[in-house]
Amino acid sequence: MPRPNAGLLTRVAIAVAVIALLPWVVPSFLVFDLIYVASYAIAILGLIILTGMNGQISLGHGAFMALGGYVVAVLAHSAGWPYWIGVPLAAIASGVAGLLIGLVALRLAGVYLALATFSLAVATPSFLKHYKSITGGFDGMSLQPVQAPAGVPLSGQQWLYYVAWAVAGVVFLLSALLVRGQFGRALRALRDNPIAAVSFGVNPYFYKTAAFGWSAVLAGIAGGFYAIPTAYVSPDTFTSALSITLLIGAVLGGISTFWGALVGGIVVEFLPLVAQQINAAAPSVVYGVALILVMMFLPDGIVGGLLRLTYRFRRAPPQPALESSTPSAAPVTVGPQSRE
Amino acid sequence: MHDLAQQIVSGLAQGSIFASLALALVLIYRAMGIINFAQGELAMFTTYIAWQLTQMGLPIWLAFAATVVVAFAGGVALERIVIRPVERANQLTVVIVTLGLFISINGLAGWFWGYIVKAFPTPFPTTPLQLGGVAFSAQDVGVIVVSVITLGLISLFFQKTKLGLAMRAAALYPEQSRVLGIRVGWMLALGWGLASAVGAISGIMIAPVVFLDPNMMQSVLVYAFAAAVLGGIESPVGAVVGGLVLGVVINLLGTYVEAIGNELRLAAALAIIVVVLLVRPAGLFGHVTVQRV
Repeated sequence: MPRPNAGLLTRVAIAVAVIALLPWVVPSFLVFDLIYVASYAIAILGLIILTGMNGQISLGHGAFMALGGYVVAVLAHSAGWPYWIGVPLAAIASGVAGLLIGLVALRLAGVYLALATFSLAVATPSFLKHYKSITGGFDGMSLQPVQAPAGVPLSGQQWLYYVAWAVAGVVFLLSALLVRGQFGRALRALRDNPIAAVSFGVNPYFYKTAAFGWSAVLAGIAGGFYAIPTAYVSPDTFTSALSITLLIGAVLGGISTFWGALVGGIVVEFLPLVAQQINAAAPSVVYGVALILVMMFLPDGIVGGLLRLTYRFRRAPPQPALESSTPSAAPVTVGPQSRE
Repeated sequence: MHDLAQQIVSGLAQGSIFASLALALVLIYRAMGIINFAQGELAMFTTYIAWQLTQMGLPIWLAFAATVVVAFAGGVALERIVIRPVERANQLTVVIVTLGLFISINGLAGWFWGYIVKAFPTPFPTTPLQLGGVAFSAQDVGVIVVSVITLGLISLFFQKTKLGLAMRAAALYPEQSRVLGIRVGWMLALGWGLASAVGAISGIMIAPVVFLDPNMMQSVLVYAFAAAVLGGIESPVGAVVGGLVLGVVINLLGTYVEAIGNELRLAAALAIIVVVLLVRPAGLFGHVTVQRV
């Protein structure tokens, strides 16, 4: 496993320090938004691993968030279980679902997988509405707001903020360990040259399914932290727009590095809040236009663009942020072209 | 029995709308190997244009015709401006660009016309038609007739005109076509125009039933995906047959199978997509593609 370089450690240390200090300097309504940033960042990280590193397009990750959010909500609402049991169970449930769907996804090349997962995203709310006895149907379920444990001098919101970001930190670290090692190397080999990878004994079924499962685990955790801050879930919380939002975050942030998940999370939480001031429909228009422009001019997203900018400034040879084998400007290739 | 006949006709009507949108998807897939995720939103947007025209006092059929022309021009323009630059990029890029179109068109519709659901005037009589002692809704019958005419015209265009032949050639053998003097780029743009026009017809046909709102075509798009996959995503005939079969099956399942009902119709479409892709990825009418590695 390559050793993390000093620059990376510095950047991580700065990020951790900023995240730790933010609740003390920003107004409390922003703390609320920043909990959502953590949730989005975790889910987008899953998408970056799946789409950016594994080459499988998912337009349906909101469905895994729905599963995670509803596992937490149902356990808390019906059984009275605490969130610290609910969220790990959400991760497990979502991971199992991800492994199953990952097995199906093995057989769907490129654009077919996009089509099937998009349909899953559109159908998700109707599932939630149909099984009323479990999910509460159209009205959804309300939850207890989070309280800080006794003796901790934090508001419930601040406590939730630190828990959410601590969990985000752990899953980012675990994912980094995963993709820097043999696992990530196998995934990238399968993405870039499947035939060569298989010839060298990399088992595509194992690695691709495992990657799908892991990205679903992340989406399930994210779903839990998406439901808890508002203390409410309903079918309209997890529409197809959420799935698309995750992909937007991954693409705008930068689909080839983990930093893209962080930047993407910030963008998808705050960009709509800013754009809404113009018009209720403005966020969609801005998103759509931004997606198209980024794909045309900045294929590695905001993070990739910033990296290239700083390297040009320093006149040093470019290095990608996290993985050393993928040039940062290289577009992500997905599956074999079905028409060739 | 009468009830069953009505349900089948109503399923055929829905199915012919799915078939039109599926045909639009197939036209673009055949030409460029792209799934246009924005196809449904394009149809939605053009349906709003039709609504706007009727609000300005145009008779519905005139508004219909004008909208189809606008949709055609819009499709051509989008291909030239947005799709052309990424035509040779990888699949993920193209999927994301069409998703970008999806979101921005959805947003623009909300911006111009708001998110409040609007009634859309039906172009057909409201009195039921009596056929063989069974009363059918004129809307259902009208939708079937319009779709049959549309699909017939498209088919004639591709089979009998020189331009249609050029478009088919450009889709299948772009290099050779270019050598023979066919302007392949423009043929692709025309394909987008046609697809967008066919989509507009499907939007106008379904709007009186589902009402007009910016998200009205999302579930229709999923049904159209299911229809296209069922029929074989490279086959126009397959899209039409797939759409009709799907419309009838979904309608009968939703009406007669308690466990599915109204809410799980979409889930049934999703199941059809997944099962067909797993069991017979080429669909009913597609050809199995063999890839040399």
